[in-house]
Amino acid sequence: MISLARVTVRYGSAVALDGVTAQVPAGQWLGLIGPNGAGKTTLLRATAGLLGCEGQIRVGGKAIGGLAPRRLARLIAYVPQRPQFPPDMTAAEYVLLGRTAHIGYFRVESATDRQVCAEVIDRMALAPMAGRALRTMSGGELQRVVLARALAQEAPVLLLDEPTSALDLGRRMDALELIDELRRERGLTVVSAIHDLTLAGQFADRLLLLAAGRVAALGIPAAVLRDDLLAGHFGDGVRVLLTGDGDLAVISRRRERP
Amino acid sequence: MAAAARTDAASADQAPAPAPELTPRPARPGRAIVVALVVLIAAMAAGVCVGPASLSLPTVLDALLARLPWHPAVAVPPLDSAIVWQIRLPRVVLGALVGSMLAGGGAAYQGVFRNPLADPYLLGAAAGGGLGATIVIVAGGSPGLLPAAAFAGALGAVTLTYLLGASAGPAGARGGAAPGVGGSTASILLAGIAVAAMLTAIQTYLQQEHTSTLQGVYAWILGGLSLASWSDVTLIIPYVAVCAVALLAHRRLLDVLRVGEAEAASLGVHVGRLRLTVVIAATLGVAAAVAVSGLIGFVGIIVPHIIRLTAGPSYRVLLPVSMIGGAAFLVLADIAARTVQAPAEVPIGVITAAVGAPFFLFVLRSRRARQDLS
Repeated sequence: MISLARVTVRYGSAVALDGVTAQVPAGQWLGLIGPNGAGKTTLLRATAGLLGCEGQIRVGGKAIGGLAPRRLARLIAYVPQRPQFPPDMTAAEYVLLGRTAHIGYFRVESATDRQVCAEVIDRMALAPMAGRALRTMSGGELQRVVLARALAQEAPVLLLDEPTSALDLGRRMDALELIDELRRERGLTVVSAIHDLTLAGQFADRLLLLAAGRVAALGIPAAVLRDDLLAGHFGDGVRVLLTGDGDLAVISRRRERP
Repeated sequence: MAAAARTDAASADQAPAPAPELTPRPARPGRAIVVALVVLIAAMAAGVCVGPASLSLPTVLDALLARLPWHPAVAVPPLDSAIVWQIRLPRVVLGALVGSMLAGGGAAYQGVFRNPLADPYLLGAAAGGGLGATIVIVAGGSPGLLPAAAFAGALGAVTLTYLLGASAGPAGARGGAAPGVGGSTASILLAGIAVAAMLTAIQTYLQQEHTSTLQGVYAWILGGLSLASWSDVTLIIPYVAVCAVALLAHRRLLDVLRVGEAEAASLGVHVGRLRLTVVIAATLGVAAAVAVSGLIGFVGIIVPHIIRLTAGPSYRVLLPVSMIGGAAFLVLADIAARTVQAPAEVPIGVITAAVGAPFFLFVLRSRRARQDLS
């Protein structure tokens, strides 16, 4: 579904991404991991068509470089790390923005657009608060609102930049479970940056470890979450433990004091 | 959270999903438009009735009806008819058109630059219009040339700003900026400040070199509607129509822009094209207003904010209601301008600021008490 071939992005003279090549089959979840500044956000923004790049990015067989914003938005829904929430906009109005790419230039939302949004709002359990202003909503509620907006785009590819960074541990789990359910229900292809390596290993089908803009490792979680691979990028204290339930847990040990 | 969502999905699977009761709707301006129209009609009626020769409303209505082709038999004194048709009505209509363009242009600039301090003169329209008019006045050109010169100056200044600002934007990632984003708004705004400063400097220099025409230049710059005629109205009607239709057609996309340029682009908006289209439309309207009324300040910034605070921030509401509200506001300000010191006229810009600012602060304070300003 997504194919990246030697994708390189430069900010002036700084190289943010350096020849990244990867494939994501339809319906799979690719987790992007790596230390701060490794290029996770840049890779997501380039894949969303929001950054110019060298190399080629194909989504659903189409090279995204030549697509108009409207075509792109019907193919790819992108949720940035810190979305902007206009404080006085209602949740329902915000979800309707997801239909932008489906509405003709001089037209307004059709009955179909509103129906799609109503279903998404229902699915995300937002109906009771659909008429509320965004400034009155909690972090977890806003997380669902922005996901609802992305689903309203009805795009087969969902790109998420740190979708859980603002949530507590329980809500993180809930949010990722929800994304996984939606992925299965709708056959979405998901690429997400995830800071928490343990959660990344639990949810993603495959992990891509980025370091200084390059692919340091790419494979199933058990192949990427290894002490030796992670230590070079996250510090020597990183240990991968196998829990009694069969999950991989990544912890960081304190430095020993003299 | 997910648990609740799951339960909903499960129950939806069992029973055929009933149509959800609350279908999401975009904000609609219905009631606010009706209120604004009532205020506008009242303001225009007052504008035609009030003046040195006070006319009663029935007289005015008779004078208006008498011009209709199938008019009922009414007897209107010729003088009253002339006052209504030749003096007051063109002035009221022109004031309404100018006010709607300034307020609509201000709202559009605020939306497209996502900056609450944006006003219609942001990109240099006032400085350019002022320079154009000053050149005609100091060169002793015919007064008939004034509107064209001011219009050309305003359009030229905004074009210059846009070309400079769009090319001076910071370099993005190599391979060009995102397809939907284009240059940076900050560089366009900064170019606007530079262009305005430069043109104002030239205008001031010309003005000081030709002190004999100082009075004429000063009167034009203060702005006003005292010379309004039907020819002014017909002169700007095409630009007003294009501007109003084009801005209203973009009200939905201006709402999408409220989430920021990058997110709007990812939702499918061609941001660079949207910005250029809205700026062209707003500038045509503002330049037309400047051409026939000089530089009337403050309308373009306070009217959209008053509407935003009272009727809501959605551009679907804000654009049409600002246009109507701006029209009403300027007609009312003009009534004050020609009555408070009658028979002399106070510059209308003095009225818009002196009356508008306290009213604006009042609305701001009463709203702030209840909610945060977005």
